[in-house]
Amino acid sequence: MTVSIQKEIKTREITYLEAIRETMQQVMRNDSNVFLIGEDVAEYGGAFGVSVGMLEEFGKERVINSPISEDALIGVAAGSAVTGMRPIVEIMFSDFITIAMDEIANQAAKMRYMFGGKAKVPMVLRAAGGGGTGAAAQHSQSLEALVAHIPGLKVVMPSCPYDAKGLLVSAIKDDNPVIFIEHKLLYKNKKYIENVPEELYEIPLGSADIKREGKDITVVATSYMVKKSLEVAEKLSKENGIDCEVVDPRTLRPLDIGLITASVKKTGRLLCVEEACGFGGFMGEVSAQVAEQAFDWLDAPPLRVSGKNCPVPYSLVLENAMIPSHDRIREGILKCLGKI
Amino acid sequence: MPKENTITIAKKHKMLEIDGHKIKDSFAELDSSIKIEILKRLYEIRYFESETEQFIIKGQIHGTCHLYVGEEATAVGAIYALKKDDYITSTHRGHGHCIAKGAKLDMMMAELLGKQTGYCKGKGGSMHIADVTTGNLGANGIVGGSIDIGAGAALTCKLKKNNKIVGCFFGDGAANRGNFHGALNMASIWDLPILFICENNQYGMSMPVREAFNIKRISDRKASYNMEGITIDGNNLIEVYNTVSHFADYTRAGNGPALIECLTYRWKGHSKSDAQVYRTKEELKSWMEKDPIPRYRDALISSGTISAADGKEIEKDAMAGLQEALRFAESSPFPSPDDVEEDVYA
Repeated sequence: MTVSIQKEIKTREITYLEAIRETMQQVMRNDSNVFLIGEDVAEYGGAFGVSVGMLEEFGKERVINSPISEDALIGVAAGSAVTGMRPIVEIMFSDFITIAMDEIANQAAKMRYMFGGKAKVPMVLRAAGGGGTGAAAQHSQSLEALVAHIPGLKVVMPSCPYDAKGLLVSAIKDDNPVIFIEHKLLYKNKKYIENVPEELYEIPLGSADIKREGKDITVVATSYMVKKSLEVAEKLSKENGIDCEVVDPRTLRPLDIGLITASVKKTGRLLCVEEACGFGGFMGEVSAQVAEQAFDWLDAPPLRVSGKNCPVPYSLVLENAMIPSHDRIREGILKCLGKI
Repeated sequence: MPKENTITIAKKHKMLEIDGHKIKDSFAELDSSIKIEILKRLYEIRYFESETEQFIIKGQIHGTCHLYVGEEATAVGAIYALKKDDYITSTHRGHGHCIAKGAKLDMMMAELLGKQTGYCKGKGGSMHIADVTTGNLGANGIVGGSIDIGAGAALTCKLKKNNKIVGCFFGDGAANRGNFHGALNMASIWDLPILFICENNQYGMSMPVREAFNIKRISDRKASYNMEGITIDGNNLIEVYNTVSHFADYTRAGNGPALIECLTYRWKGHSKSDAQVYRTKEELKSWMEKDPIPRYRDALISSGTISAADGKEIEKDAMAGLQEALRFAESSPFPSPDDVEEDVYA
């Protein structure tokens, strides 16, 4: 759904990366408890350039270069969060969160509950996920299901600059650890720039968004797959008269299952699209919840288009075969509609 | 009787003093043909990397590469000091180790171009080239990812009593990973036959060693594990060779691990997209003046092992071999998309 922006709100077209950077800058200007910490975030400006210029504005005390110690880095962030700071941790590739799974899954995620609800762990862990860059098996994964599985963690995957800004504000303000997964192919992508308000605004965690309204089938997709699904939907609309509704959960946890089931009840069909490997993936959860809550409205079994069951391969030919393509999404939609 | 033996050995070998250690000049005892082969390997790495850089510039490499230019003496000196069937573990900046360990340039280049004929059938790319047949347990996309893998390989060597050792390469940045501590401690308490070879190229991506550590020498960490440790000039091939030979004998004899810090410098950016704002041109220039390849070549010339003309011939020879590898890689087919899910399970 296009967000209606009142006339007095100043907007300008910016990239996904710029939206994330300016959000961090604006929040850090307002709240001295917020700081950025990560590998190469200072002079280098972050592996993807997200924090370029922030060292100059905020200094070394608030834009902190970390040694290559992801486990300690995330543990340190959790320790500072539980004592009153609001750290933003940048993990350059989301693959590296696996190095710190104890700190994420056993420490940060559980402190509040284990301590009887008396502790708060307000930290945001930003990480670049996804493939398509030829970075191969250890730098291209989509690991959202690993973290979405853990109670105590919130998981956010913005698909556009507007959502990135509003969701990041909410993530930083949230008193829980939030895993904020950005997509490398969205960062500087000029194709996907959009109007974003200059001022800070919030998009509540747990609110999905209808990115394209349609009546024939509900396509639930996350992150970069939202863009691919929208492109397929436009083409199918023009060429085949098929009207897809594309729903972006935006936050995997909490999950706005209400909006998704409402859409499925309207269209009667569900295709889930995710870049991650399908087995044990997040879209299995979406499919299950839809089946539980909207079974009687379904005209066909829910289907998934997911990454193939293998590590992300290096060679472009293989990488294209592993990651869901426009063609595979198109086939999934047609199959779900019983047209192939 | 034993006393006499010691005297004979002392007379036979020239001893050197390196960083406070008495170390035998093993290099002096090397056959000339090996010394020449070493020079060729250095050139092969240098030219392999410059061709790779050209492919990156031309957009023929999907993904990124981390170039080893400037650090060649560390990989070649250390690996030539190991036995042929010893193991190595490598890093994300792994082309040098791979070539030094005897990998085929054509299969390496084919892998970088994502071809079916590459070492990993196009599945791994630059950061994951492995050649298990030569004892190369692989490059690694995760910084420090190979430190404990190396210790595990050393555990195998110990349990199988196969008289092999492990040369475990990692960078300065990796020395701050948690698994560095775990692996070095295990290697120490279990007397594992492994050399932890830290390539201190002064930067972990953009973070200078002086900011990432509060100690002057990474090898000082030896104290925490009660192991041998040394800091050497990683751009001096002969010093690397002698030091690693010394500690290879030491660890092979069951004395436990050693930590060898090789001081060197990466000439190129961290990866393909690096504006290098974190260092000065002057600093780079000062290290380029310590180029390990002419240093080694000139040492061979001055010792009379080769002539200046031989040096040029060896360089030309390395380039010619590389041209063949390029032709092979470029003319090889891409893998079939149908193979994408093959090899997931053994």
